[in-house]
Amino acid sequence: MTEDLTGSPHAPGSQWYDHEAGPLVRPYAVTGGRTRPGPAGVRFDLIALVSLDPAAPADDPALGPEHRALADLCRAETQSVAELAAGADLPVGVVRVLLGDLLELGRVTVSRPVPPAQLPDERILREVIAGLRAL
Amino acid sequence: MDPEHADTTGGETAPLALKILVAGGFGVGKTTLVGAVSEIRPLRTEELLSEAGQSVDDTDGVDHKVTTTVAMDFGRITIRSGLSLYLFGTPGQDRFWFLWDELSQGALGAVVLADTRRLEDCFPAVDYFEHRHIPFVVAVNCFTGARTYGVPDVSRALDLDNGTPVVLCDARDRDSGKEVLIRLVEYAGRMHTARLLDSVG
Repeated sequence: MTEDLTGSPHAPGSQWYDHEAGPLVRPYAVTGGRTRPGPAGVRFDLIALVSLDPAAPADDPALGPEHRALADLCRAETQSVAELAAGADLPVGVVRVLLGDLLELGRVTVSRPVPPAQLPDERILREVIAGLRAL
Repeated sequence: MDPEHADTTGGETAPLALKILVAGGFGVGKTTLVGAVSEIRPLRTEELLSEAGQSVDDTDGVDHKVTTTVAMDFGRITIRSGLSLYLFGTPGQDRFWFLWDELSQGALGAVVLADTRRLEDCFPAVDYFEHRHIPFVVAVNCFTGARTYGVPDVSRALDLDNGTPVVLCDARDRDSGKEVLIRLVEYAGRMHTARLLDSVG
């Protein structure tokens, strides 16, 4: 690819790639190469629920496009980490890092899923069964 | 609890999400089942792997990092505002076991889908959940053309622990899928209660 550009009158980057060329940005480039969430050090579960802080500004200049995409997805309703990854079309690992940033900036709150030792009480389970029957 | 998560200690008002895994061999109908009961089109999320593939990928002496993506299908059922059920289809290949570990963290339970024509495909899943004491039901996906077996036959063939429910189902059918989930939640509740009693007795 570099050879194509050698001696070309066009500046690098002037070529067009279609969608089939695949992602032009390597996934972790959007996190600046970080693969783990920042100092908060939380590993978000796939079903951890992410809510946008109601006070978060709509067009936040402090955020990059991917951070903004995640914030926008949570704006309408609380989203799980898995839904955010699917919605933003980003790998889960990348979403975790970006969410760590948003958490540190105080833009989102993240709920922790129920730990295995404290599975929901019978009342909740009965509610789930009734809800499933009613579907 | 970390201060970041203080919002979850609020009790009633905190949204609650429960996780159910759908496991089984390749092509047994995991995504079909998730799609049949989910209120959203099954979504696909990808996990990037950089090292896990190394030991098993047949790269014979080629010493480089293997990057693989593994896709997980998932669906959602909203029971009420603030209470939802998430269903995750587990990746079929054994080499993604470590992802199972993550998926099964805090899971309410699992559905192991089985096809009687190749029952052995679900052995690893049965093994996995038995060893980790994760409540599961075996749902036999009754493919047309496959010989039908009775519940006791399947139970015996899989050498299931006493009490592990076996359900015959049609993974394409919403009502059938719902029934499987209901059986699982009932069973998970019983297991959980029994464990609580054990721990105090």
